Amino acid sequence: MSGPFLGVALTAGGWHPQAWREDGARAQDFFTAGYWVDLVAEAERGVLDFVTFEDEFTLQSPYAGAPARRVDHVTGRLDAVLTAARVAPTARGIGLLPTATVAHTEPFQLSKAIATLDFVSGGRAGVRLRAGANATEARHFGRREFPDSPVGTADWRRAVAAAFTEVSDYAEVIRRLWDSWEDDAEIRDVATGRFVDRDKLHYIDFHSEHFSVRGPSITPRPPQGQPLVTVLAHQQDGFELIARSADLGLVTPRNPAQLGQIRAAIRAASPERTLPDPPIVVADVVVFLDGSEAAARARKERLDLLEGAEFGSDATVFTGSPTDLADLIEDWHAAGADGIRLRPATIPDDLTRIVEEVVPVLQQRGVRPSRYDGSSLRERFELTAAINRYAPA
Amino acid sequence: MSKPIKQIHLAAHFPGVNNTTVWSDPAAGSHIEFDSFRRFAQTAERGKFDFLFLAEGLRLREHHGKIHDLDVVGRPDTFTILAALAAVTERLGLAGTINSTFNEPYDVARQFATLDHLSAGRAAWNVVTSWDAFTGENFRRGGYLAKEDRYDRARSFLHTTWELFDSWADDDLVADAARGTFVRRAEVGEFAHQDRHFDIAGQFNVPRSPQGRPVIFQAGDSDEGRDFAASSADAIFTRHSTLEAGQKFYADVKGRLARFGRSRDDLRILPAATFVLGDSDEEAQELAREVRLAQVSPATAITFLEQVWNTDLSDHDPDGPLPEIDPVETEQLVSEGRAAARIEDRRATAQAWRERAQAEGLSTRELIIEVTGRQSFVGSAKTVAAQLNELVQADASDGFILVPHITPDGLTPFVDRVVPLLQERGVFRADYTGITLRDHLGLPPLGERGRTEAAS
Repeated sequence: MSGPFLGVALTAGGWHPQAWREDGARAQDFFTAGYWVDLVAEAERGVLDFVTFEDEFTLQSPYAGAPARRVDHVTGRLDAVLTAARVAPTARGIGLLPTATVAHTEPFQLSKAIATLDFVSGGRAGVRLRAGANATEARHFGRREFPDSPVGTADWRRAVAAAFTEVSDYAEVIRRLWDSWEDDAEIRDVATGRFVDRDKLHYIDFHSEHFSVRGPSITPRPPQGQPLVTVLAHQQDGFELIARSADLGLVTPRNPAQLGQIRAAIRAASPERTLPDPPIVVADVVVFLDGSEAAARARKERLDLLEGAEFGSDATVFTGSPTDLADLIEDWHAAGADGIRLRPATIPDDLTRIVEEVVPVLQQRGVRPSRYDGSSLRERFELTAAINRYAPA
Repeated sequence: MSKPIKQIHLAAHFPGVNNTTVWSDPAAGSHIEFDSFRRFAQTAERGKFDFLFLAEGLRLREHHGKIHDLDVVGRPDTFTILAALAAVTERLGLAGTINSTFNEPYDVARQFATLDHLSAGRAAWNVVTSWDAFTGENFRRGGYLAKEDRYDRARSFLHTTWELFDSWADDDLVADAARGTFVRRAEVGEFAHQDRHFDIAGQFNVPRSPQGRPVIFQAGDSDEGRDFAASSADAIFTRHSTLEAGQKFYADVKGRLARFGRSRDDLRILPAATFVLGDSDEEAQELAREVRLAQVSPATAITFLEQVWNTDLSDHDPDGPLPEIDPVETEQLVSEGRAAARIEDRRATAQAWRERAQAEGLSTRELIIEVTGRQSFVGSAKTVAAQLNELVQADASDGFILVPHITPDGLTPFVDRVVPLLQERGVFRADYTGITLRDHLGLPPLGERGRTEAAS
């Protein structure tokens, strides 16, 4: 299939801060397993390639700069990796990409968590790494300090660069740990009494400013070998991080021309890349869908009125009909996006419209599949089989 | 008035990465594939068990500076597998061992609160602490914790997570769409904790979970460990599974509860126990002998020997007598990453072993089979049911955490043959009567705010 990859970004209620108040939003269920199982089942009804789960170590704030907290916003969230794991045994074909925070967690722990998610999902796991290098989250851990420097200052730029270097190191460690067991390390050789061939288990001996990890992992190599590592990036440091470390980069172009510039920036930084495949570039779009552009805009305005502010996002905000969105997806694909991640403004309404009205248009045009074919997530994204760096060639 | 009949609590320990687990048996399946965990959990739930229990180790064990290869090696991530098991079970408690040394309270509290939400109130946490630099080599902070500080940090860690769990009141989550009130107050989750281990403040971001917080397990056996359990745990996981040792431990720990303002019903005592069932007691004894031979292969016997002697004995004949040389006392241990390798007095242990081997005419391997982990229950289903019940009624325990030696179906004979007998005797539930793990364990309700103030 040469069509665009397609995923949805799940967040309780949807991406508009007042979405949870819509009819059918099930706000009472946001912290139950059933809610997330149902959302993923809905995404699978549309044969989507992947879902993402948002996460951070702080209460949500829809606005940068964190003004006073409002009681009319969704507040609190479940751990994303565990939510994905809870959903995995019930899912049949979709990729599961939970978000994980780098600054305050151990790469040793996350590596085995994602490896386990890969076992539980039968090879459809990945992870989105976020830096989390901010003062609020740092206070929740009390181990490190991240000053909140004003955006754009030299201090801020240095902090971002340092945080992204740490993400890159972290990605390297979790990848090495996934490879630290060769696939055939477990031998169960009754004659010699050996369960494993210890020569096929490898120390990773990674050292950096923020962590040293000896290895090997306590969890064997996951089914995909290398679950997908994903990063969301908005500017140059992030594009370099995608080029260096990510299987899949999420980006936020405002238009097809910007998409071209982003791709060029990633390509320019790619000589540092050691992964065999170029990064998959996936563009984010927030979607308000309705029968017509006017009706979709009216929906958005109604929610904005409840909020008392116009909805803004780091990603492009689309208002329009399902056919308009199918056109945009194809146009952006033609302009260089390998795929699109849709952020439904409201759940279930926009998610249901994606599944029932957008996907069928793309299927009719022959650019989206009509069923899952049992492939792993790496295979879905047409990545080459992951070679173990420690195995003899 | 006669003593009331106690109800037995049963749990299932997924076979671990030590020589109790017989991987060489043709029936032994994967220790890592999800299907093994699913089958094991569903068997335990079919048997109406209180909970499933997972151990954890954060560094592969080493022997002579090389990865120990004779036992099962490798296991999944505890939290992740428990969350997945919540999808394929409905009532079974989900207990995970999570280290308080190489984690931080905010993250661990979130993960347990999440697991409790996603399982509708079935999460439990076995709080363990380690201090060795060997394990620390896999983590940011390395081997930073002094041995004598480990319980202090564990206690502080645990009580800090309680403050986080309690930072949301039961009614803080409103989710009233019509009124536009998602949370009752903007300050939800506010916390501030400062002591010598943690200096943290802010807002916790998971609403209060169905159980309020996970059920707390503790496994330490030292005086300090017992006090930790008596002050803070809902259940204690012990090694004392025989009548005399069990009663002594039981009386000791239950006796400590009053000092912490707790009643005897606030803590369950659950020894780990292995079992071998046969159609007759004789057949079971025969099977048990075979299992012990499989558990202690000649190479495993030498490994145990080297842990006590603390030197290379790879040329020693396992079928011959014990070594004549004395153990080596050095800081550098032959074995790392396993609790069994921490032997206090090597010379005394070696002497006791020699005396026993001589008196009973045992070879090295035979001696090791005798002195390491004999099965707790061996017999017909009827015999085992009777013994198990007797131990519980005699206050040697409140029940058992059963450790089968075969993955994943080693629990099945117990569930099929022993559980019905216990149910007939009226000492084990015929079906679940509650929803949460606290319900299964018969623990008193936590109340709105738990007992953070009382315990910290």
